[in-house]
Amino acid sequence: MGVEIRVEGLTKSFGRQTIWQDVSLTLPAGEINVLLGPSGTGKSVFLKSLVGLLKPDRGHIWIGDRDLPRLPEAQLYETRKLFGVLFQDGALFGSMNIYDNIAFPLREHTRKTEAEIRRIVLEKMDMVGLLGAEHKLPGEISGGMKKRAGLARALVLEPEILLVDEPDSGLDPVRTAYLNQLIVDLNAQINATFLIVTHDINTARTVPDNIGLLFRRELVMFGPREMLLSSEEPVVRQFLNARRVGPIGMSEEKDVSELEAEARMGHDPGKLPPIPPQLMPSDGRVRAGQHAPGAWCAANGVTPPPGSFIDDQGRNWVEEWPRYVAAMSGVPAGQGAPPPPPQGRPAPPAQPGTGAPPPPSAWPPPPTSPPPGGRH
Amino acid sequence: MSSPGIGANQREGTRRNGASDVFRKVGDGAVNVAVKEPGRFFALCLDTVRAMFVWPFQWREFIQQSWFIVSVTVIPTMLVAIPFGGILSLQVGGLIRQLGAQSFTGATAVVAIVREASPLVTSLLVAGAAGSAICADIGSRKIREEIDALEVLGINPLHRLVVPRMLACAFVALFLNGLVSVVGLVGGYTFNVLLQDGTPGAYLASFNAIAQLPDLVQAEIKAFVFGITAGLVAAYKGLNAKGGPKGVGDAVNQTVVITFMLLFLENFLITTLYFQFVPQKGM
Repeated sequence: MGVEIRVEGLTKSFGRQTIWQDVSLTLPAGEINVLLGPSGTGKSVFLKSLVGLLKPDRGHIWIGDRDLPRLPEAQLYETRKLFGVLFQDGALFGSMNIYDNIAFPLREHTRKTEAEIRRIVLEKMDMVGLLGAEHKLPGEISGGMKKRAGLARALVLEPEILLVDEPDSGLDPVRTAYLNQLIVDLNAQINATFLIVTHDINTARTVPDNIGLLFRRELVMFGPREMLLSSEEPVVRQFLNARRVGPIGMSEEKDVSELEAEARMGHDPGKLPPIPPQLMPSDGRVRAGQHAPGAWCAANGVTPPPGSFIDDQGRNWVEEWPRYVAAMSGVPAGQGAPPPPPQGRPAPPAQPGTGAPPPPSAWPPPPTSPPPGGRH
Repeated sequence: MSSPGIGANQREGTRRNGASDVFRKVGDGAVNVAVKEPGRFFALCLDTVRAMFVWPFQWREFIQQSWFIVSVTVIPTMLVAIPFGGILSLQVGGLIRQLGAQSFTGATAVVAIVREASPLVTSLLVAGAAGSAICADIGSRKIREEIDALEVLGINPLHRLVVPRMLACAFVALFLNGLVSVVGLVGGYTFNVLLQDGTPGAYLASFNAIAQLPDLVQAEIKAFVFGITAGLVAAYKGLNAKGGPKGVGDAVNQTVVITFMLLFLENFLITTLYFQFVPQKGM
């Protein structure tokens, strides 16, 4: 079971340069969170601060009753055992082969026999699709394989918090889709608290339960996925829809004259695209931390953009959800009904005339087993 | 939330105050060099000393590193020590002959080789060959985020990487010091006896007249301290490498320069203390 991370008034600067200030948020236990932001806004710095690799200037990071920045060294190292971290390039130990890299945490922190270690390592390697690459050195494998090996290493101790730094950087869209599915499946399986730092809008739109956006040294917004995907806040809207119209400029933020020129030319930020249904675990189970589609919008009186929560087969998941949950409640893990179709591509942008959603198809659909290796 | 465009205005402001920026950067740099860097280095030294006593000691890493340091230093050390003893004999022997005191050439070898040259040659090679390699190794691990990964896995990199390397430097320096002393003395003896017509008996007699066990002990202490220094500086610069491969190169360069400067300072201090506290033998 994951643990809640509570961040209060966190501020970090390098010399005179403030990276971000007064960041407060709560990463709910067992949920998938995504942290977004333009390049250079300190997302990776935030992630490293969460695990105690960087010491913030001010503020608290509460993990249970432990305030991470103020822990003595011995307790800090102990607390870090709750974490699994996937670094941007995998951060594999160059002198060890892939097998030894993944076995390293087990050999260091457990008293397991080599046979047990071998079983666990091969299981994790199978999970990330690296079987057969045990004896290769990190220098001999591709960037995507390094990432997957790094993920396997982060998972062997069954962490309660998993921090993932740009899982999609340098990966092709297909591998990114597989990795996204793997993240969702892992969350369903180990129920850890996930924080993913990414630039990938599609990942941000379909994978997480909550989204945060860092911009201009501040946390602009943090909340449920639906809150940000239906937000009219200019920065959030611009970033989550990958538009040029908005406060974010090429270098950092646009200056006043650029924004005025934009306004004079009548650049319209456009309609919000529909909120896509959330990616489901491969076996179709409902994750413990998963929010019902449309629940946040309904609770807060927000009308989602037209066409929201409708999958490729035309099913409206706001209507289907109660029946789906009821149908899945008695199904053992791994034998689920088919999950929603893949969410590995962006939802189509809102088009003029996109009005009422198409009617949902018949439910429940005929039971089929998910194909091996994921749904993408 | 602040209004749009603030960052851009701040950037404008920064450009307008270019001169004060330059002074500020110079001031920051001076404070960094004079206070922050030595402070951080001292903190690393203390943390490393503390990590030395954490169980379990990394014997495998220690042996591997010791072997590595031996492999990169033994041959160069001997190749430096042989001509060093020869040059000393040639330089001093010629002068002494003119003074009519050729029989005391052996005594000069004690003073020059055993007390001073041997620990210095050892430490320069440990710092130059082993220190630079250690810095490059730790620095490249740092920029590949391996050090961060170690910390996240709950492993103290000082305990795992720095302590074995530092002790390996000191351990190997002890033996290299003995090697340089022997090779240097043999080289000096050979040159003195074969090329300068010195007599073996006079060489050894004058050697015994001035040499004493504390000479060797202080040389070994010097070698040990120099080895520790080389290991610590290499680790410090490696752990603080940043800016990609060029940053590692810069760190290696700084390691060699800083270590050499520290070694000569430490050599001066230890020699002064030695003469202050250990009575010297007369001829």
